[in-house]
Amino acid sequence: MQAIGQALALALSLVLSGDGDLLEIVGLSLRVSLSATLVACALGLPLGALLAISRFPGRNAALIVVNALMGLPPVVVGLIVYLHLSRAGPLGFLGLLYTPTAMIIAQTILITPIVAALSRQVLEDLHGEYAEQFRSLCLSRTQTVGALVWDARYSLLTVGLAGFGRAVAEVGAVIIVGGNIDHLTRVMTTAIALETSKGDLPLALALGIVLMVIALGVNALVQGLRMTATRQAYA
Amino acid sequence: MPEAILTGAPARTAERAGPAPLMPLAARGLTLEVGGRTLIDGIDLTLAAGRTTMIMGPNGAGKSLLLKLLHGLTPPTAGRIEWGGHPLSPAIVRRQAMVFQKPVLLRRSVAANIDFVLRARSRRDRARRDALLDHVGLLGHAGQPARLLSGGEQQRLALARALATEPEVLFLDEPTASLDPASVLKIEEIVRTARGGGTRIVFVTHDVGQAKRLADDVVFIHRGRVAEHRRADDFFADPASAAARDYLAGRIVV
Ligand SMILES: Nc1ncnc2c1ncn2[C@@H]1O[C@H](COP(=O)(O)OP(=O)(O)OP(=O)(O)O)[C@@H](O)[C@H]1O
Ligand SMILES: [Mg+2]
Repeated sequence: MQAIGQALALALSLVLSGDGDLLEIVGLSLRVSLSATLVACALGLPLGALLAISRFPGRNAALIVVNALMGLPPVVVGLIVYLHLSRAGPLGFLGLLYTPTAMIIAQTILITPIVAALSRQVLEDLHGEYAEQFRSLCLSRTQTVGALVWDARYSLLTVGLAGFGRAVAEVGAVIIVGGNIDHLTRVMTTAIALETSKGDLPLALALGIVLMVIALGVNALVQGLRMTATRQAYA
Repeated sequence: MPEAILTGAPARTAERAGPAPLMPLAARGLTLEVGGRTLIDGIDLTLAAGRTTMIMGPNGAGKSLLLKLLHGLTPPTAGRIEWGGHPLSPAIVRRQAMVFQKPVLLRRSVAANIDFVLRARSRRDRARRDALLDHVGLLGHAGQPARLLSGGEQQRLALARALATEPEVLFLDEPTASLDPASVLKIEEIVRTARGGGTRIVFVTHDVGQAKRLADDVVFIHRGRVAEHRRADDFFADPASAAARDYLAGRIVV
């Protein structure tokens, strides 16, 4: 118990003093997960919009697939990306294994289905409300999607945040394709896993604290966006 | 001057050498079946140019559905619709506007709801937007979120937005249902102005006084059929169908 108390004190001092190693790890975590979130939104949002407003053969199957992919276990994603990027794999010549890029790819695959499925839901609900009015105005598909995305922008931001939250907190995928290499591919979750098993509790706890603060911050941001949206009666 | 901006139609009449006239409307054997229920049952209807047609009938008779069919929002399961001799097409729908029984307002400000429509028609114009808002008495609410407006204000905004497209045919589905008496008269004035500018009005109402004030002709719908379609004076003086007689006498019609 006392050991934990000491570790916690050390951890706090690491956070408060802005320890170099700590900052490097946190910085890489944010860079990887934010990049993955941006790419996932760039892919998932148009996919979600397409599924939301068009009717085509195979749409139901596509919905089932996207929804199922939401539950992809991170380790499985890591394994699949590993198999592709490893030297013997089809993309091995790129030499991406154990780089931040590999981690971005893995997290992107992990959260794109989440962004697509959630934004599909958001946009389809809003479209249900607007569809008749838009047909009366004879809006083009581009105008329709543009208006839906704009009017749902607060909800879509929370969708992006949900994706980011999942990416930054997962450990299974990045540890397989990143390898937790010091100064190169160590992110918060992999470092926590490693330092804990090594017994370096202060650094693990310090990273844990930062991760929690980020998670809480993301949540607060989501709440704030919701409240802004309702207050303005845009929701 | 604002009147000219608002009806919009006069300016268009001059330049309307191009598109063929939309009227008359001819619907033949118009039928809509949903889940084994025949909601619209073989309606034949002809609407001539330059009038205000009031559509009346009991709740659930099919008035709203009829408007949606005529405006091309719902495809009929049988029958056909021709506007000016041409089958419904997006080009025709674009020249019409509709105010829904439950107004559908964008999650934006009052002004942005009008701007949106003006922009969709590539005619963004602040002066015109403000004139439209002023016309329905909402200029003072321009910056407010549209969904925080009262029910009657929302209906007035929906009407202003419909007028923003300068429609040649305007479908109004009970647009004064939740308005106070002064606003009702104000809306009727706006509708009269639009009609004076050449807009063809098709107006659903349960308000007999309103129908008498505005109608050139009345279409009475009962159980998905046209029970009668008559000149307004004749209809109110001597309704031909039993359903219309009961309806006008305030008896429940089912
Ligand atoms: N999409 C739909 N699917 C199934 N039934 C429908 C649909 N829309 C309307 N109906 C049914 O069709 C009938 C006519 O509806 P409609 O909305 O046209 O009535 P209305 O004449 O406008 O009545 P009100 O005066 O109450 O507005 C109703 O019985 C309604 O339940
Ligand atoms: Mg109705």
